[in-house]
Amino acid sequence: MAFKIIVCAKQVPDTNVIKINPATGTLIRDGVPSILNHDDNNALEEALKIKDKYEDVTVTVVSMGPPQAADMLFECIAKGADEGILVSDRAVGGSDTWATSNTLEAAIRKWEKLNGPADLIFAGRQAIDGDTAQVGPQIAEKLDLPQVTYVEEFEISDDLKEITVKRQLEDGYELIGIKTPCMLTAIKELNEPRYMSMAGIFGKKDIKVWNAADIEVDLNKVGLLASPTNVYRSFTPAPKAPGQKVAGDTENEQAKNLLVQLKGKHII
Amino acid sequence: MNFQLTKEQEFVRKMVREFAVNEVEPLAADIDKEHRFPVETVEKMAKYGLLGVPFPTQYGGAGGDHISYAITVEELSRVCASTGVICSAHTSLCCWPIFNWGNEEQKMKYLPDLLSGKKLGAFGLTEPNAGTDASGQQTRAELVGDKWILNGAKVFITNGGYADVFVVMAMTDKKKGNHGISAFIVEKGDVGFSIGKTEDKMGICASSTTELIFQNCEIPADRLLGQVGDGFKVAMSTLDGGRIGIASQALGIAQGAFDVTVEYMNARKQFGKKLSQFQALQFQMADLKTKIEAARLLIYRAADMKDKHMNYGEAAAMAKLFAAETAMEVTTKCVQYHGGYGYTKDYPVERMMRDAKITEIYEGTSEVQRMVIAGKTFKK
Repeated sequence: MAFKIIVCAKQVPDTNVIKINPATGTLIRDGVPSILNHDDNNALEEALKIKDKYEDVTVTVVSMGPPQAADMLFECIAKGADEGILVSDRAVGGSDTWATSNTLEAAIRKWEKLNGPADLIFAGRQAIDGDTAQVGPQIAEKLDLPQVTYVEEFEISDDLKEITVKRQLEDGYELIGIKTPCMLTAIKELNEPRYMSMAGIFGKKDIKVWNAADIEVDLNKVGLLASPTNVYRSFTPAPKAPGQKVAGDTENEQAKNLLVQLKGKHII
Repeated sequence: MNFQLTKEQEFVRKMVREFAVNEVEPLAADIDKEHRFPVETVEKMAKYGLLGVPFPTQYGGAGGDHISYAITVEELSRVCASTGVICSAHTSLCCWPIFNWGNEEQKMKYLPDLLSGKKLGAFGLTEPNAGTDASGQQTRAELVGDKWILNGAKVFITNGGYADVFVVMAMTDKKKGNHGISAFIVEKGDVGFSIGKTEDKMGICASSTTELIFQNCEIPADRLLGQVGDGFKVAMSTLDGGRIGIASQALGIAQGAFDVTVEYMNARKQFGKKLSQFQALQFQMADLKTKIEAARLLIYRAADMKDKHMNYGEAAAMAKLFAAETAMEVTTKCVQYHGGYGYTKDYPVERMMRDAKITEIYEGTSEVQRMVIAGKTFKK
């Protein structure tokens, strides 16, 4: 029986080029290209590596978003995923993390109803537009799956049952053993994502678009009105002043110069 | 009429742009300086299917179209024209004639390895005394028993030093002139076949341009491509398609030079203003941008006609003529707008200007393109 992997992915505005409207405090999305969220790309890559290595592995990418997010699923399939599922419905628009994870939970349950239980669910740590890092863990809770976040190294046993991951911490890492089925969230250190391939770009694309009714979700649990949190204010943080390099040929001289400068500014 | 790229074509651009910026651009200045053929890049292009874009999947191709192929060469050439021509010569000049003129056995024997990039291809038509006048072929092929024996030499062969499969023209019946030329598939390692001198060129320095030498080169009879006497047709039809590739290379060079110049003009200040704030320069750049876009449309049209099996020879000649001359004009002016810095190797426009020149020469000089277009205009 196939080993079934689900990857949760999000289409996000490319934050390298995005700006915030200072008057309204909202993101200026006009003309900003949409991309596959970086951490989700790492999640997909790890799933595809399993598919490359073992036979009979399927990779399904699940996303929630506007209809144009199908383009991101196109990209995921062009990289090697088998199918894409997009949950797109005005009823789920404006969802916060809680309402989003309700939606994705319902979509995954629906998918499992049709295809059998997923063996492994990957997500990115967080999306570059919201930076909450909440949706992955919430999905795992709601699906009652064990989870490990911030995965920077991944190894799976040949019977595809035992996984060992290295979980990044601020000052080190944890080495954790976990059994499938489970949910993992990926960070960029996990791998180097592949490009799309030409054959993938021109190959068959299995992209399904589901609405709220299709995933049989409780409409009181999704969308803007059902969201317990909302954005109070967005702002561009003031850029930090550039650092200053302390000159000096030797360490002693540098220390001396630093001392002179600090004293000169009455800091010490 | 439809001027929109398909979703697939847009994703080809996105994919090749990412690939080119990450894998090709960082090497471009070094391989130019060292005159080094980027073997590692060819392997990566193979891995992602960039060496078999416009061919059906049954032969190991990506199942793409010729606009996607044009975009591929364009995006590679935007950062490195040498890498662009490796892809173009392989695809247009070796894979295509085998795909179009080969019999089923030849296609199944050669295309899967070529299209997957396991093997690299090249094309041999030009000789020391048969350049634009390709009919003056002196390389001879004689059928002796069940073998063809080739004697002669080819020059200026792109990918020469690194190719595994060569499509080579040779005279089988001198009396018949053009109709006496035949096409053959020669493999690296064939007895009597060797690579001669590698050219030291002005531009596309990382591309391997070599002589091919045939000294009683023996190849089996089944290496004949097409029928005896088809060679000139094979060569001319191949070059029609090759012109789309070289036009795309020229387009990529022009776009690359333009893009880095826009960036430079936004950063460089003189007389208290950014260069981009001088209207004289703005207008010049507006003209260049317009010409680049016109070249792009001519190329995509020719590629589209090829996909639709229309007669696209004149369209390809126009595309190649215009794109090559645009590349030369754009790169020359972009060097000028960079001032002294543009003349140094610290900025890529210097390399791009040297690379642009070849697009006015190979796969038919600009004069040949005008002959093709005039020939269609004043048809007897």
